[in-house]
Amino acid sequence: MSAGRWLTPALAVASLAGVFAACLIGSTPLPAGRILAAFLGSGEAGDRLVVWVIRLPRALAAFLVGAALGISGAALQGLLRNPLAEPGVLGVSASASLAASFAIYYGLVALSPWVLPLAAILGALVATGLLTIAAIRTRSVVTLILIGVGLSSFAGAAMSLLMNLAPNPFSLSDMVNWMLGSVANRSFADIALALPFLAVGAVILMTTRRGLSALTLGEEAASGLGLDLRAQRIWTVLGAGLATGASVALAGAIGFVGIVAPHLIRPLVGHDPARALLPSALLAGLILVLADIGVRLAPTASELKLGVVAALIGAPAFIWIAMQRRALHD
Amino acid sequence: MTELCVKDLSVTAHGKSLVDRANFVLKPGEFVALLGPNGAGKTSLVRAALGLARPAFGTARLDGEDTARLSPGQRARQIAYLPQVRPLAWPSRVRDIVALGRFSHGAAAGRLSHADAEALDHALSACDLTHLSQRRADTLSGGELARVHCARAFAAKAPLLVADEPTAALDPRHQFRILDLVRRFVSDGGGALVIMHDVALAARYASRLIWMKDARILADGPPGETLTPALLEDIYGVRAQVRGDDVTLTGAV
Repeated sequence: MSAGRWLTPALAVASLAGVFAACLIGSTPLPAGRILAAFLGSGEAGDRLVVWVIRLPRALAAFLVGAALGISGAALQGLLRNPLAEPGVLGVSASASLAASFAIYYGLVALSPWVLPLAAILGALVATGLLTIAAIRTRSVVTLILIGVGLSSFAGAAMSLLMNLAPNPFSLSDMVNWMLGSVANRSFADIALALPFLAVGAVILMTTRRGLSALTLGEEAASGLGLDLRAQRIWTVLGAGLATGASVALAGAIGFVGIVAPHLIRPLVGHDPARALLPSALLAGLILVLADIGVRLAPTASELKLGVVAALIGAPAFIWIAMQRRALHD
Repeated sequence: MTELCVKDLSVTAHGKSLVDRANFVLKPGEFVALLGPNGAGKTSLVRAALGLARPAFGTARLDGEDTARLSPGQRARQIAYLPQVRPLAWPSRVRDIVALGRFSHGAAAGRLSHADAEALDHALSACDLTHLSQRRADTLSGGELARVHCARAFAAKAPLLVADEPTAALDPRHQFRILDLVRRFVSDGGGALVIMHDVALAARYASRLIWMKDARILADGPPGETLTPALLEDIYGVRAQVRGDDVTLTGAV
């Protein structure tokens, strides 16, 4: 309880520091003084360009994507009462990037800049909706995860099909970006397209978070407490679908951060799913900002994709969390 | 005075009748035990009475209002419901679990009004949990956890309580403790409907026994009237000796 009081402010400060640090680092070394000057609008025009057009949007995109995945993961875990539930594992991110690729493949994105985020969100909502229907039908958490894995595989297969049929190398490389996940070269305009959906999703999840605590006791007891189970499911699915879809629209599919951050936060908030939401969002955002700094510093010939790094770190963490679970909870 | 009035309530699922025209009334000041063999329809009856399952026929009214029409919150403020205990999803703290009893009053674990905090502390001390309030639920014994669930039901301050086998899988001492808590709730002016399997305990604690078999209520009345060897043979297929409220089961028929 005492941890809860300083946790959110501390994470907020750390996130700000992380975003600032991300602005300090890049292919052109700039001293902190010049960065600060560029931040405040003074300094050389070149510096301002580097900070305001290249580094800051990229760092903010990494933070927002992480925050969206962190809050969605924490909320889905609360709804499904399972620490392994997460947009990536359950196939929500893959479905969103499939829908986004579909829109690219058929040239729908030329219609309006809003088509891409909307397609990603639609894909995410369809996947979360299917999962919730599955969750109502089966009480087994293992079955649900398997359905998510199936959904993820299917979206992956459909994605491969689209790539197989890709008309030209440009759309192929676009699709690879969606699959691997990256925040490189993101602009404030890209962020502006995703942010409204992301914000609405996060607000929905925050305003309906109380019911997630009630679900700790199981669905029957939560109904007995006065929870409207149907409404809770709809709101959580909608909120997580909006936030996840917006994150995919911004960066493609980035997995596992929605598992790792809430897992670290839970013990600090007394394992209350409601109180885990905001700190999980901040921590997941911070993790992606730091991972993206790592991506940029890594001495590789072509830049590593953020989603690849997240999966390389996150997948072993997923296995570790799964192995810690006691059979009793199945 | 809050009164739950069940009239001709019937529940069917997959073409099978689970509850067949059940009638009973639950009033404050009553400790009613609902008894019957496994699969008799006790849980189905209780769920339909609470408006959690859709009845095929009949009504359940709370002060004249259909329970299925009440919002979940309105219903929860009138009737606290303890379903059969399922494992908790997270190893939450005792105080946070009991605080969930205030859910229908708008409380959240980190945000309790003065009234919420008062009801919470009262429920914790009534169930002898004050010293355990900061403990994680996964470090508690079965008996302690059963008291936590009772405490969260009492924290709701609802006039009626419906509990589904609250003493299942508890040792005799803890069975007595849980039923003592329910009895205190009733003597403080509450009304309780408790599904039980232990006939002797039910006869000792309850002011009224409702007997169910094959989806029907076969008898409803005080232990002195309904607790007979003939009824026990009919309901459970067992031989029994009955002396007042004292019952001994001697074997299967």
